[in-house]
Amino acid sequence: MDVPVPDLKELWVYLAREPLAALTVTLLAWLAALRLQRLLRLHPLANPVLMAILLLACGLLLTGVQYRDYFQGAQFVHFLLGPATVALAVPLYREWNGLRRALPAVLTAVLLGGMAAAWAGVAVALALHAAPEIVASLAPRSVTTPVAMGIAERIGGLPSLTAAVVLSSGATGAALGPALMNLLRLRDWRARGLAIGTASHGIGTARAISVNAQAGAFAGLGMGLNALLSAILLPVLWKLFM
Amino acid sequence: MIAALATLLCCQLAGELLARLLHLPVPGPVIGMVILFAALVARGRVPEALGRTTDTLLTHLGLLYVPAGVGLVLFLPLLAQNWLTLLLAVVGGTLAGIAATGLIAEFLFRRWG
Repeated sequence: MDVPVPDLKELWVYLAREPLAALTVTLLAWLAALRLQRLLRLHPLANPVLMAILLLACGLLLTGVQYRDYFQGAQFVHFLLGPATVALAVPLYREWNGLRRALPAVLTAVLLGGMAAAWAGVAVALALHAAPEIVASLAPRSVTTPVAMGIAERIGGLPSLTAAVVLSSGATGAALGPALMNLLRLRDWRARGLAIGTASHGIGTARAISVNAQAGAFAGLGMGLNALLSAILLPVLWKLFM
Repeated sequence: MIAALATLLCCQLAGELLARLLHLPVPGPVIGMVILFAALVARGRVPEALGRTTDTLLTHLGLLYVPAGVGLVLFLPLLAQNWLTLLLAVVGGTLAGIAATGLIAEFLFRRWG
């Protein structure tokens, strides 16, 4: 009897080219990260976004699969970022009654806090004599990815480096933010949500939603407002001061 | 669920079109969020199916950042060269932003109600 020998190389070529495998490993890495997070008792440092990214990045480096090929499949997940951003209108609406009264305070806090987040990062980079395009890439760090890349382009940064520092700022805020806010004795869920959404966009908002509904709504608001204000103000301020 | 997804996509599409037509500095999905919010205010309540779909989507908001995040493998040389600067700027800037926003917000919420 002639049993066909499976051609492993051909199989590998198929898997690497089709979107199915990349999409599947992305979801599996996310589930593994969620399980790991539960094992570590939901500790803020065990951020599932960070753990899933590290798992997949190590996987790509070990197997030698190109990021471009991986993204062919993973883009279906990436695409949902748009509808999910639109979806933030729902928690915002549910909290609207409490939110409307607080709006002047919210606007002031996001404007000043968002600028502090941007310029503190820039100041550190300047103090360490970083190259101008690296300093510019760091400025829109706390703004959600698509807006941040647009801002970086306008002020002379590298949009793709900006994407990387935006995501690390999100993960940093989600991981270290809760401990810092406990240290500062911030107890108002509205203030906590607003702070993490303003400084750590969607990754911070994801953390806030999983902890408290009110914090989640304020985080979404902080993220949206900071994107709006930074997109308008940062390019103007950059031209004036840098 | 499909009707809810269609609603979200319509808002995003309208947002993208507005952003392009009016040359707004804000991306389409953020304008889409404003459009959906205005529609909910006009309607006076969240339709049940929409609420369920958005809750599911937002529970896994973190997952949606993963594919872009894996892109850090493209920057390993640049990251290796500037890691200290980037690390200090990211951590320092983020913590400064959280502290400033949180302290100002808590102070103003207490003062202004």
